[in-house]
Amino acid sequence: MTWYAFIGAVEQGLLYGIMVLGVYLTFRVLDFPDLTVDGSLPLGAAVSAVAIANGVNAFIALIIAMVAGFLAGCVTALLNTKLRILHLLASILTMIALYSVNIRIMDGPNVSLLGVTTVLDPIMAWGLPGYLAALLLFAAVALVATVAMIWFLHTELGLAVLATGDNPRMITAQGVNTHKIIILGVGLSNALVAVSGALVAQNQGAADVNMGVGTIIAGLASVIVGETLLGRGGITRGCIAALCGSVVYRVAIAAALSFKMGRFAVTPSDLNLITALLVVLALTVPTIKARWSRR
Amino acid sequence: MIRLDGIGKRFHRGGINEVIALDEIDLHIRPGDFVTIIGSNGAGKSSLLNALAGTFAVDGGSIWLGGRDVTAWPAYRRAALIGRVFQDPLVGTCASLSIEQNLALAVRRGRGRGLGIGVKAHHRILFREQLASLGLGLEDRLKARVGLLSGGQRQALTMVMATLIQPEVLLLDEHTAALDPKTASQILDLTSRLIAARELTTLMVTHNMSHALALGNRLVMLHRGRVILDVAGKEKTRLTVEDLLARFYASQGETFASDRALLG
Repeated sequence: MTWYAFIGAVEQGLLYGIMVLGVYLTFRVLDFPDLTVDGSLPLGAAVSAVAIANGVNAFIALIIAMVAGFLAGCVTALLNTKLRILHLLASILTMIALYSVNIRIMDGPNVSLLGVTTVLDPIMAWGLPGYLAALLLFAAVALVATVAMIWFLHTELGLAVLATGDNPRMITAQGVNTHKIIILGVGLSNALVAVSGALVAQNQGAADVNMGVGTIIAGLASVIVGETLLGRGGITRGCIAALCGSVVYRVAIAAALSFKMGRFAVTPSDLNLITALLVVLALTVPTIKARWSRR
Repeated sequence: MIRLDGIGKRFHRGGINEVIALDEIDLHIRPGDFVTIIGSNGAGKSSLLNALAGTFAVDGGSIWLGGRDVTAWPAYRRAALIGRVFQDPLVGTCASLSIEQNLALAVRRGRGRGLGIGVKAHHRILFREQLASLGLGLEDRLKARVGLLSGGQRQALTMVMATLIQPEVLLLDEHTAALDPKTASQILDLTSRLIAARELTTLMVTHNMSHALALGNRLVMLHRGRVILDVAGKEKTRLTVEDLLARFYASQGETFASDRALLG
């Protein structure tokens, strides 16, 4: 793998790390398997791209994307809590609906962001080379998101979110409306995912309706990779593990893509298989470790 | 003050498995009353507590708590007025959170939750003090995960959580049934100490007739969703286990008699 490819992978890891934090919030904290992310990632990209194309400041476009993502998450949570649709199915329904919504927003399957001012331009104006500017900015955003998440999960409201995922009967007896908490939690998760999508679009210079395919699997794989490396236990560790897991996952994917043996080379279309193998590996490592240590 | 007026609840309504859990129950409980509730399986003991706590909506009648009609309130809203301890020690606490985080959740019962830090420094003083009164050494383990505690310790913690904010009524649903006899008697001691010290209005469901007689100032026996015995004060202190058994078999006998009448 070249140095350039490595830097690119780290950059991607940080970018998608914001999405992984969202996935961590639903999957691990709320115990709510949320597939909405496959739709809310391109939603964030579409909303911010269209906003920027219409002359909105790139940073404000991020905030609009965040709000759009939050609303998408709310739809899933409302389908689940108020209409009592199974969480998995509710999220698939929102995801499918968002495909159409995203095309409506962009008035087509994609929007180009070439030649417009993105969040990267102010940093590039300092005279930094492009790849360094992106790395710096995305590291800053990912760190802020991680710290904000850790802080939130230590607030009164955050504790109620943790308890809702762990023991809904207990937290109801403590006077918390679990429906509200689920709506808030799934909303926040998708707000993060949408910001991640908006940044990805600004970084790659286009928003595309298909850019969300496989988001949830990548997110889950990153969460699991992070947990395997840093161990489970504690919210602070969990959030940091989610971000680190995302970077390691992207680097591993990049390494796999640069793999060549004779006439055989890995292509991007092999990524799904590699991701699946990675998740299986990460899931089974603890079991194998335990078996070995018993001998 | 708690008032249940004509509370009824049927499960599987209209189906072949229809069960009458509560049959037009009227119950008035004065502030400071400590009521023990007994009855055979399916008598409606837990249903009574669940109806009060709002776990399900009742089919008919009205429920008053602390001078308010709470019949239409959802469970989380009634929780502002109710402290609850469940039979299963795992239900009352969050295993993945620390002792102090669990207590911090309980200290906000009935109040809004915002973006203030969850476990505040001045709370820790209160938590230590409350936990020290248990005599289990939990006050030195505030940061320990609750999942690491034993069932008895978790149930003791749940008792503290249920009473941290003074409830209008404390609901105990066979809260010692899942514990070993020694731990059960410790939790029961703690229960009577807490209730006496805080003058808590309490409803305690139990399967143990001697507990039902030893604790509380009032005893209610349920059978098939109806109150078949309701004694208080001096009359209750004179009551023996034999009296209760006699009463219990009498109620069974009635049903035998009616069966015989049906067959005859």
